[in-house]
Amino acid sequence: MIELNDIHKSFGKVEVLKGITASVEKGEVVCIIGPSGSGKSTILRCINGLESYDRGEIGVEGLKVDRDAPSIVNIRTQVSMVFQRFNLFPHRTVLENVVEGPLYVKKESRAAALERGRALLAQVGLAEKADAHPPQLSGGQQQRVAIARALAMQPKAILFDEPTSALDPELVGDVLGVMRKLADDGMTMVVVTHEMGFARDVADRVLFIDGGVIVEQGPAKALLNQPQHPRTQDFLRRVLHPL
Amino acid sequence: MKGFWRDAVEFFPILLNGVALTIIVTVGSLLLSTVLGLVWAMMRVSGIKALSMLSASLINVIRGIPIIVLLFYLYFVMPDLGVTLTALQAAILGLGIAYSAYQAENFRAGIEAIDKGQIEAAQSIGMGWWLTMRRVVLPQAVRIVLPPYGNVMIMMLKDSSQASTITVAELALQGKLIASSTFKNTSVFTLVALMYLTMSIPLILLVRHFEKRAGKR
Repeated sequence: MIELNDIHKSFGKVEVLKGITASVEKGEVVCIIGPSGSGKSTILRCINGLESYDRGEIGVEGLKVDRDAPSIVNIRTQVSMVFQRFNLFPHRTVLENVVEGPLYVKKESRAAALERGRALLAQVGLAEKADAHPPQLSGGQQQRVAIARALAMQPKAILFDEPTSALDPELVGDVLGVMRKLADDGMTMVVVTHEMGFARDVADRVLFIDGGVIVEQGPAKALLNQPQHPRTQDFLRRVLHPL
Repeated sequence: MKGFWRDAVEFFPILLNGVALTIIVTVGSLLLSTVLGLVWAMMRVSGIKALSMLSASLINVIRGIPIIVLLFYLYFVMPDLGVTLTALQAAILGLGIAYSAYQAENFRAGIEAIDKGQIEAAQSIGMGWWLTMRRVVLPQAVRIVLPPYGNVMIMMLKDSSQASTITVAELALQGKLIASSTFKNTSVFTLVALMYLTMSIPLILLVRHFEKRAGKR
């Protein structure tokens, strides 16, 4: 469903992606782990065209991702994104945030969009916050609204860019819970995360990225429990046993 | 003091005619400068190099010419080029163009102050450039832009007096005409100043309201 073939990307003189080749199948949950600055987020941002890439090709459902082509709108409506810092629209209510895309991009009828919007808010446990404004919510609540906003586009896949990294520790569980439920329902997900527990329990596959290349990949439990590559072993030791 | 009140009663109605023109010039050039300023600002942030450079140079040219020269140019030079404007038209056009440069810089600053994540979120749900502007960026930029916009309104009200140099009989010119025919300089110009102040005070209060509201978030 999502294919990356030999993707290269530089910011100025710094090459952040040095030939990434990977694919994500329909219904699969893939977690991308790795140290900061390894290029994890850049991969996600290239998939929905928030970032351009220099070499290689990315395809989504057979469509080539090109951020300057009109087809990018089509791709973005099929592949939603959830950001580390939520990026909700502060001047609109929670419900308005959720129905913004369906109403103004997909031009759905107001009644249908609002009904589905409310249902999605209920699904993420925030039905009673429909008329609140995002700044009045906690980080965890805001991120769950952001997930509802992503779902409202009825996407075929959702990209999560460190969705819990900006949250207070006690709020992480609510967001991960919503994500786990999505995975159980068969949503295709690509998740950049530092939550190794989530990766182990929920992901089908894990990619370990370091220095702009995929160092190791495989089934989640196998990779996290018995990493083969020394760099993966070192990274996991540091993350799991920081002291 | 008694003399002042008698003069005030006598001159007030004539000066009110001036006030009417002052308001017409101010509102007219405010609208024009807002529309033009928005166009320049959109060109600046369009991401299209040619448009952005064109707008930047336009703004600099406009900023570099005194308002009074711009007015003279529109009123005295344009007829030589075959375009004859009434004094009122030239005043509104001149002030509108002159202020569009400041409006544009103000709008641009407001637009650029919006968090980049907002634009990415809009893009990620499939919004194009214009929809992102209209639904996400501009509504948030308004809050930031309003206090300086209010200040521009006050400056325009006062600068509308420059229209007197091309024979628009607004408040300042009315005052000057009365003063030179009655020699009651003190009464007339005190009255003129008080009338400008009376018009400015509501605007000053409006700016304070905008600032309070902008500061809330």
